[in-house]
Amino acid sequence: MPKPTKGARLGGSPAHEKLILSNLATQLFQHGKIKTTEAKAKRLRPLAERLITKAKKGDIHNRRQVLTVVRDKGVVHHLFTEIAPTFAERPGGYTRITKIGQRKGDAAPMAVIELVTEPLNAVTTTRKAPEPAAAPAPEPKADEVEETKAEASADEAEVTETEAKKDDEA
Amino acid sequence: MAVPKRKMSRANTRARRSQWKTSAVALVSCPQCRSPKRPHMACGECGTYNRRQVIEPNA
Repeated sequence: MPKPTKGARLGGSPAHEKLILSNLATQLFQHGKIKTTEAKAKRLRPLAERLITKAKKGDIHNRRQVLTVVRDKGVVHHLFTEIAPTFAERPGGYTRITKIGQRKGDAAPMAVIELVTEPLNAVTTTRKAPEPAAAPAPEPKADEVEETKAEASADEAEVTETEAKKDDEA
Repeated sequence: MAVPKRKMSRANTRARRSQWKTSAVALVSCPQCRSPKRPHMACGECGTYNRRQVIEPNA
């Protein structure tokens, strides 16, 4: 069974929905930042990011595939020559949605979807330091239960050994 | 098709509607301008979200 598309259905028919999304994608690449409803922004994000991924590959086949969605050749040229190189280092996550509250009139939740222009920060994965995790555990054992002191000290020795190994690796 | 047999009394109608209640909207203070704003949304006063300018402020 085919898996239904995530998110809201837009427009009155599949053709209308396709047209809405392709127009939104065109406007996004043209202006870099557009204001729309949350539902439309959420549907647009995966489409726009797929198109940018194709633009990063940059060959004629991918350009023709993008042209089936974004009909404007000028916008596609801008996407391939200006936008795609700025995302060369970024592994996905090219767009950002920010909620900006309700629209006056029909109280539709609105959002701003924009191309991310900030430089990519190197992701620093901080592993939990072994010292604070291991140090508090053996101390209460030694104070409260004297019988298991020997075992605890053995554990401590093991812990220190593993810590030393980790430090060596790091 | 099943239909109501009797007209519902005003008391019954009003007793039911007495349970219609509204709740206050959750608010947090904007980190940029300290004015109250809704969580996870750009501030309406200064137009920032996470100190990043998202929209033009409505001043």
